[in-house]
Amino acid sequence: METLLLLIPLSLVLVFLAAWAFRWSLDHDQFEDLERHGSSILETEDELRKIADDPSSPNVDAHPMCRKSGPS
Amino acid sequence: MPVADQYDDGVVRQFALMTVIWGVVGMLVGVIIATQLAFPDFLGGIPWLSYGRLRPLHTNAVIFAFGGSSLFATSYYVVQRTCHVRLFAPALAAFTFWGWTAVIVLAAVTLPLGYTSGKEYAELEWPIDILITLVWVSYAIVFFGTIVRRRVPHIYVANWFFGAFIITVAVLHLVNSAAMPVSLWKSYSAYAGVQDAMIQWWYGHNAVGFFLTAGFLGMMYYFIPKQAERPVYSYRLSVVHFWALIFTYMWAGPHHLHYTALPDWAQSLGMVFSLILLAPSWGGMINGIMTLSGAWHKLRDDPILKFLIVSLSFYGMSTFEGPMMSIKTVNALSHYTDWTIGHVHSGALGWVGLVAMGSVYFLIPRVFGARSMWSTRLIEIHFWIATIGIVLYIAAMWIAGVMQGLMWRAVSDDGTLVYSFIESVKATFPFYVVRLVGGLLYLLGVLLMLYNVVRTMMIGRVQPVAIPAPAGV
Repeated sequence: METLLLLIPLSLVLVFLAAWAFRWSLDHDQFEDLERHGSSILETEDELRKIADDPSSPNVDAHPMCRKSGPS
Repeated sequence: MPVADQYDDGVVRQFALMTVIWGVVGMLVGVIIATQLAFPDFLGGIPWLSYGRLRPLHTNAVIFAFGGSSLFATSYYVVQRTCHVRLFAPALAAFTFWGWTAVIVLAAVTLPLGYTSGKEYAELEWPIDILITLVWVSYAIVFFGTIVRRRVPHIYVANWFFGAFIITVAVLHLVNSAAMPVSLWKSYSAYAGVQDAMIQWWYGHNAVGFFLTAGFLGMMYYFIPKQAERPVYSYRLSVVHFWALIFTYMWAGPHHLHYTALPDWAQSLGMVFSLILLAPSWGGMINGIMTLSGAWHKLRDDPILKFLIVSLSFYGMSTFEGPMMSIKTVNALSHYTDWTIGHVHSGALGWVGLVAMGSVYFLIPRVFGARSMWSTRLIEIHFWIATIGIVLYIAAMWIAGVMQGLMWRAVSDDGTLVYSFIESVKATFPFYVVRLVGGLLYLLGVLLMLYNVVRTMMIGRVQPVAIPAPAGV
């Protein structure tokens, strides 16, 4: 299994890289106030709503096959 | 509005549309080879369209063309939205689209012509491998460059998954595709014999883990909360999910080589690591599904959410089935049977396919400037057709696989085999037909999606999207 001489060092390098990234994330406040970070992606207005609010945007709902989709 | 204040969505539009087109191509080739397995005379023995040449085309088209394009589209979209910044190096991003598309077209030409390195899921010959490397390095520069320029201190969890996927796939590709060219379209692997097998499945299973899992989990952690309009059930758990997966994934590969020339201890090691993987996988699955906790009614009339949530059920099913199949005694029954094919498609059609399609349904109206998809009812129909297709497919392959395993190992009292191999082939025929029906349904669903997407593009008006200021800055 000479190939392990390649795979094991390579995996060790990757694990050290991951450990470094983990260390970096600890040092750079990535885990402060975790639950707030979870909702951060919902804080900006949904782009679909912006399109719908634009009076010049084409009216999709007119088609009989269509019902309103997405966040309502 | 200055360009720097707008998202770079051109490349997202290109990749999102190609996801659907490659989806049609990949599933169509799948249906053709499923037909060939049930009816071997189909296509009358044309060499370029024979099973052996189309099968790698099918896997490359669904994994790298359909799956890959959806990963590019969603990662470029998500990294810009979560970092509140335009893509870094837009010219390189454009190159990743044209380069990746060229790789796929080259695959579609060379594989039917019979040019192959013979390595499963890495069949493409060395000139195409070099192009893949260039595209992938550009992808990494664009993605991590965008992260570095982010305007919010926190890096959202989806980006961690996308980032791990990009780095690991680069390493896997470089190591596994190392080869000595002898001519333009022929090369020999740098490894031989069981060494080559070990490298191949170290690559193969980690490709499943990082290309088909980590990348799509990135998608899951952004698009499920967005579509449900609720934060992920536990952000804390999502962080644990990420680091647990990263630190434990690498050594599951040997379970593809049970009872081969691979040393016994290496096989057992692969089995143990595969069993460990059940924990982070189910943690992530539960985290995603429970995002809907208290808002289950949203599933009733939102087909996009149905796609996303049901994909997680298939993720849970296949990440339970996988560790079970890696147990050596179970593997003694399941290996080389169609059970494996059923397991793969439970993951590929159910998890990867549905989560990618749900995410693309989310993306298309937003990046093409339409109020919604052209028809929500068609999404609903697509969802049900696809789900029924998957269930037919995997149930047929489960039954066929267990049956084959039992027939192959049945031994009579005098020590002779009870069944000849061809008897198991004959017994499998009805299940191959059911699988074909399942595949046809899934293909039909993707065709409906393509129609719906094209109609949405026709009514939409592409407008630049301004980058909103991050909250609290």
